[in-house]
Amino acid sequence: MKDSLTIVLSGEAGQGLQTIEEFLVEALSKEYYVFTSKEVMSRVRGGNNTVEIRVSNAPIYALRYTIDYLFLLNKNSFYRLPKRLTKDTVVFGEENFVTSEDKEKYNLNLETFELTKLAKEAGNRLFANTILFGYIAGMLKLSRHIGHELIEKRFEHRGEKMVLANQEAYDMGFELGTNYHMPKTIEKPESVPSYKIIDGNTALGIGALAGGVNYIASYPMSPGTTVLMYLANKGEEFGVLAEQAEDEIAALNMVIGAWYAGARGLATTSGGGFALMTEAVSLAGITENPAVVHVAQRPGPATGLPTRTEQGDLNLVVYAGHGEFPRIVLAPGKLEDGIHLAQRAFWLADKYQVPVFILSDQFWLESMGQMEPFEVDDRYLESFVVKTEKDYKRYDWTNTISPRGIPGYGEGFVKADSDEHDESGQITEDFDVRVKMHEKRLAKRELLLEDYQQAELVGPADYKQLVVGWGSTYGVLKEYIETTDQKDVAYLYVKQPFPLPLSMKSYFDQAENVVVVESNATGQFTNILKLELDVKVDHRILKYNGEPFNIEEINERVSEVLR
Amino acid sequence: MSKFDFEHEIDIAWCPGCGNFPLRKSIIMALNELNLDPTQVVFSSGIGQAAKMPQYIDASYFNGLHGRGLSVAQAIQSVNPKLVVIAEGGDGDMYGEGGNHFIHNVRRNPNLAHIVHNNMIYGLTKGQGSPTSPKGLETTVQITGVYNEPLNPMALALSLGATFVGRAFTGDIERTKDMIKKAIEHKGYAIVDIFHPCVTFNKVNTFQWYKNHSFWLDETHDPKDYRKAMDLALDTERLALGVLYQKEDSIPFDEAHPVYREDKTPIIHRKRDIAKVNELLK
Repeated sequence: MKDSLTIVLSGEAGQGLQTIEEFLVEALSKEYYVFTSKEVMSRVRGGNNTVEIRVSNAPIYALRYTIDYLFLLNKNSFYRLPKRLTKDTVVFGEENFVTSEDKEKYNLNLETFELTKLAKEAGNRLFANTILFGYIAGMLKLSRHIGHELIEKRFEHRGEKMVLANQEAYDMGFELGTNYHMPKTIEKPESVPSYKIIDGNTALGIGALAGGVNYIASYPMSPGTTVLMYLANKGEEFGVLAEQAEDEIAALNMVIGAWYAGARGLATTSGGGFALMTEAVSLAGITENPAVVHVAQRPGPATGLPTRTEQGDLNLVVYAGHGEFPRIVLAPGKLEDGIHLAQRAFWLADKYQVPVFILSDQFWLESMGQMEPFEVDDRYLESFVVKTEKDYKRYDWTNTISPRGIPGYGEGFVKADSDEHDESGQITEDFDVRVKMHEKRLAKRELLLEDYQQAELVGPADYKQLVVGWGSTYGVLKEYIETTDQKDVAYLYVKQPFPLPLSMKSYFDQAENVVVVESNATGQFTNILKLELDVKVDHRILKYNGEPFNIEEINERVSEVLR
Repeated sequence: MSKFDFEHEIDIAWCPGCGNFPLRKSIIMALNELNLDPTQVVFSSGIGQAAKMPQYIDASYFNGLHGRGLSVAQAIQSVNPKLVVIAEGGDGDMYGEGGNHFIHNVRRNPNLAHIVHNNMIYGLTKGQGSPTSPKGLETTVQITGVYNEPLNPMALALSLGATFVGRAFTGDIERTKDMIKKAIEHKGYAIVDIFHPCVTFNKVNTFQWYKNHSFWLDETHDPKDYRKAMDLALDTERLALGVLYQKEDSIPFDEAHPVYREDKTPIIHRKRDIAKVNELLK
């Protein structure tokens, strides 16, 4: 039987929660199934941030709301969490981390855990994180050497002394953890496949590299910035020119310039930054210039909740830019798809000469999970750039897609224009040319659907009820389908929310009851489904408080509307 | 016929007598005298009457959005440093809408020439004040005269560390051509602010006005002298023309960027090693 434990570490920004998370997820992954996610406040130091580490004896992909073991790391780390506790939750912490009123009010099972004191005994308060790592590893009966190896890998560059001291601190925690008697336990699975531990950010970064990205210009904005940092770090090794732009307007114009000259460019941002890019999106539309933009969603409007999550910008990317022109929107929900869709985005942009958006969100980008190892191939590196002839016409309308040349490659000139233009790229105000050129651009919409990224059906093929989600709800909806007793329900995981091919209607025709789940308040994708496919949606399950869906509420809210 | 010009008649959208005509001549002459291969030259421009220039020169161009010509040019140059890149536009385009990109590209020092037509007025939108309009100029919006301080592009560029700062006046086609040549040859960001009259909308800063208020620097001016250049830039009574400043050991953006530190191959010509990407997946 599938069983899981939720361990939450609650501390403040700057306390090194991420380091413990990375250690634990790597270590636990060797002997358990594991999924971690974090929620942080918009500040550099202090506040209250938590990391959830979910451990299981079967594959898991979702956030669980209920905490089994809570580790408090300071006085300020309890007050936001009582809602997530049950009568069985064990709370670890120093004596004064919870007030006596709270202890009584919530009837807490407190386990005194003097981390600061232990760290001092180990020789340095900086060892606290390593002791905690050891403690949880011991508690869960991990093989001790796993921790040793990870510590060595991490601290190697800082010398043997550092490695040994940390291993001792780990052992100290490990002993204590081993001796702790857990009231709720899970069986270790017999074996766990060898997984790659990865988060959404890294998946996108690797996918972009496999898709040939060699240029990135962006302005920092959470949660879109990590992809910029990832590619900047890989820049020299892979030949990626990373430049921090002065603003998002510059960023996308630079990316467009880079594509025009033959590069594969990416801009990464969040909703607010993307709003500034929209004029350039329209520029890519009329110039038939490829562009790839990663839009990492967070709750708006305006600054909203900067470090939280939402799927509120689907309409923004679908309608961004003045005038009418085709585009593609991809939304990864599975870690593998972070790689695959990012790779594909560059190829699609090049092939169809349209802007392509990768729409992700904070929760998906910053959650870490286990991915079955696989290799990427070079199919998406295929270039559609042609060598120009002397009389080259950039907007040759013989075919819907005009062969795209780049300056300096061949005998011709590459004349691209944001004004309406004739085949050669010169400004025109000829109405007939306008109509023909506009229709040529818009005709790409039907063409690009030939490469529609098919949705994936999870659950029985002969379903009667259908749950639909796009992007980051994948984990929680997949887990729901895998664990529900309701046998006539399947989940349709949509990876390309726009545009949609009419053939997709068949998924809906089969269903007697359609439920769409999305993290926004107005059901943006539901509306697109109606507009594009004219299908009936019976129920919308929406969430917009800034937190991702958790498995308990999906169980509850989906059950409520299923027949 | 010279290179960069058309064999056939072209329909030019400028007003008769516009300063853009002699400037077009200067640019085509400069490109020919530098003996550049037209297939290796790219113009990037924004929107406005000045930004239409690339339409009338036979080379590659990206005629993009208002204010963004410099951003596009910078990217083109950095992904393929072998190209000769020229960003071109008017004072509203480059100093108004594109002001932030002007500031930050001076800091980047990309190896490109930045030609700014400065007629101190908006033309295509019909006679509104521009960032460089002098105080008191009556326009279609500032009807009692401009009341905001004009922007001084030369002093601004110098204060930001520009490595080539020059100014020309289309009243002298030869010298304007020479300025453009020098800007193209400069290793790094080279701005040339180009005075020219707007015959339709600016009745104050006329051909004669520019002629009376400007002078060409002679060989006694040392363009390496930063303080002197700044003095000249700040003098808004007698407007100096020529190379005000040129830094000798300018290191352009592409040479400073880590991606070109070891490998000088333009990034667009490098092949992605998929095996190396797969290493990341291990």
